[in-house]
Amino acid sequence: MQLPCGTFNERYEQDMAIFRRRTHWAWFIAVVVFLALMPLFAPAHVLTVVITIAITVITVMGLNILIGGCGQISLGQAGFMAVGAYTSAILTSTHGLSFWIALPCAGIMAALIGVLFATPAARIRGFYIVLATIAAQFIIVYVIMHAPSLTGGYAGMDAPAPRIGGITLDSPRSYYYLALGICGIMSFFAINWARTRLGRAFVAIRDNEFAAETQGVNLFKHKLIAFAIAAFYAGIAGSLWGHFMGRVSPEHYTLMQSVWYIGILIVGGMGSTVGVFLGTIVYQLLQELVAAVAPAVAGWFPGVAAGIFAGLGQLLFGIIIMVVLVLEPRGLHHLWTVVKTRYRIWPYTY
Amino acid sequence: MAVFLQLLFSGIMTGGVYALVALGFVVVWKATSVFNFAQGEILMVSAYICWALLVQVGLPLWLTFVITFVLAACLGLVVERFALRPMIGQPLLAAMMITLALIAVLDGLVTIIWGSRQEVLPDFFPREPLHLGTIMISQQLLVAFVIAIALFFAFVLFFQRSRYGLAMRSTAEDHQVTRSMGIRVSTSFAIAWVVACIVAAVGGILLGSVNGVNMNLGFLGLKAFPVVILGGLDSIPGAIVAGLIVGVLEKLATGYIDPVVGGGFAEIFPFIVLLIVLLIKPYGLFGQHRIERI
Repeated sequence: MQLPCGTFNERYEQDMAIFRRRTHWAWFIAVVVFLALMPLFAPAHVLTVVITIAITVITVMGLNILIGGCGQISLGQAGFMAVGAYTSAILTSTHGLSFWIALPCAGIMAALIGVLFATPAARIRGFYIVLATIAAQFIIVYVIMHAPSLTGGYAGMDAPAPRIGGITLDSPRSYYYLALGICGIMSFFAINWARTRLGRAFVAIRDNEFAAETQGVNLFKHKLIAFAIAAFYAGIAGSLWGHFMGRVSPEHYTLMQSVWYIGILIVGGMGSTVGVFLGTIVYQLLQELVAAVAPAVAGWFPGVAAGIFAGLGQLLFGIIIMVVLVLEPRGLHHLWTVVKTRYRIWPYTY
Repeated sequence: MAVFLQLLFSGIMTGGVYALVALGFVVVWKATSVFNFAQGEILMVSAYICWALLVQVGLPLWLTFVITFVLAACLGLVVERFALRPMIGQPLLAAMMITLALIAVLDGLVTIIWGSRQEVLPDFFPREPLHLGTIMISQQLLVAFVIAIALFFAFVLFFQRSRYGLAMRSTAEDHQVTRSMGIRVSTSFAIAWVVACIVAAVGGILLGSVNGVNMNLGFLGLKAFPVVILGGLDSIPGAIVAGLIVGVLEKLATGYIDPVVGGGFAEIFPFIVLLIVLLIKPYGLFGQHRIERI
């Protein structure tokens, strides 16, 4: 980590701390309090957007551990989300289990399926992995669509709202705390994993597979674990999303959705947890913006009105991904760091 | 037996189409080591352009073809210059993601301009199938097949005999050495993209006349991935052979496995083939084995 001029780590606790200074803690607590109080005043639509951001953050965070941490690319994240969503929906509505049991089961099931598909992928290098995960994406959605007795086929199936004590979490206002709480727990682990033995092994694999292997890192095993963690995050996110919508159906989990998750990661900045938040917020706000301006734009071009509603968001975020890749491949997080550093040292150059 | 032969022949014909799409992937990979995920979308865009010129504008057939090819080539040049060239020297994911984002951009553009309509190109070739004994062969697919084979020979000649073809092969091998031999790397890249886009346009026009012009044409590009992997990413003969193999396997799966599992299995069968190939022979049938050293 780059420290500002004149700041040194004198004790081990300082080096380990996520929040180094009192101002960091103050900001953190302020944000937490703000988010906790938000349902009291914000309209339901805003809460829905925040919940969507929280759930997307979970799945992209898993992807960040796999791509940004371990250097393995997966285009199957939406497929693993589907596994989680369906596992959770089947357990709660068909078998009548509680949501609180179904949620971890969804993550574990997704992780198992992830390992299943990662087994061919982890043996090979670089680009070929991507194709194996694309295959996973298609095969998972196919199986879901063609096992109607289990999953409801094309029509999808109901996912009952979770209950806690006597309260049913069936409105954005009540679901808000659940989604944000789990997002918080998952982010805590995502930030800390990089400093564990496992996390360091992942980074070693990302930076140089041969060097990692000579240091005693078992490539195959660690790649499988990385895929499993990514799929676990996707499974948890899928379960949360399914119960939030009240319904799971296959069309939410397309290849394009997987592409967007990588796109969010790139826009935010690979390998950084803050970047995941930034990227997701940009993506989601863009969707909202498009939903808000599409009627006006469609008014100017009445000939293609229907197409603008369907295609504008896709077109814009596609262009944003390209522009970020060309101009600032390190993403928004890097941009933010640059701005912060400039502000801190102004008017000097360093 | 008659059923088997019928499936075999229609498989070979479909395989010709896959081979045509796969050729586009291989050309770009050979020169630039970039896997162009958007090949299917370029095919779709060309089909829509062709339809728009022919039906909406009402140009004569030959002029439509010429303009479609020119526009496809321009698309290739623009994509190469503004999106892929800045990616030289960037990690694998960056170039890959550019082509994935290109899928979104092209899909979005087509949706906005043409509203994802189902359109039909006028028939260039007779619709009645040929009868060979009990076997029926679609004449349109036959033409696609013949064009794929013709393009294959053209490519082999181009890469083995012509200056530009040799330059592109050397570019694929090593950028620095290529530069020191006085070959412009950027020219090779541009040619590769133009060629790939024109191949896609040929495929788009053919498929547009067979299956109709719609957004599903983009999906066809995805179905060509297994072909490219089975054949080997950098092998043109591989693309043809693997195209035929995957086409036949898919039709056989439609004929024999679909009744058992209940439809649509052919959609994902190529991907199962893909996983198996990755497990046992990741470099494909004809691909170059790269030995990676420290």
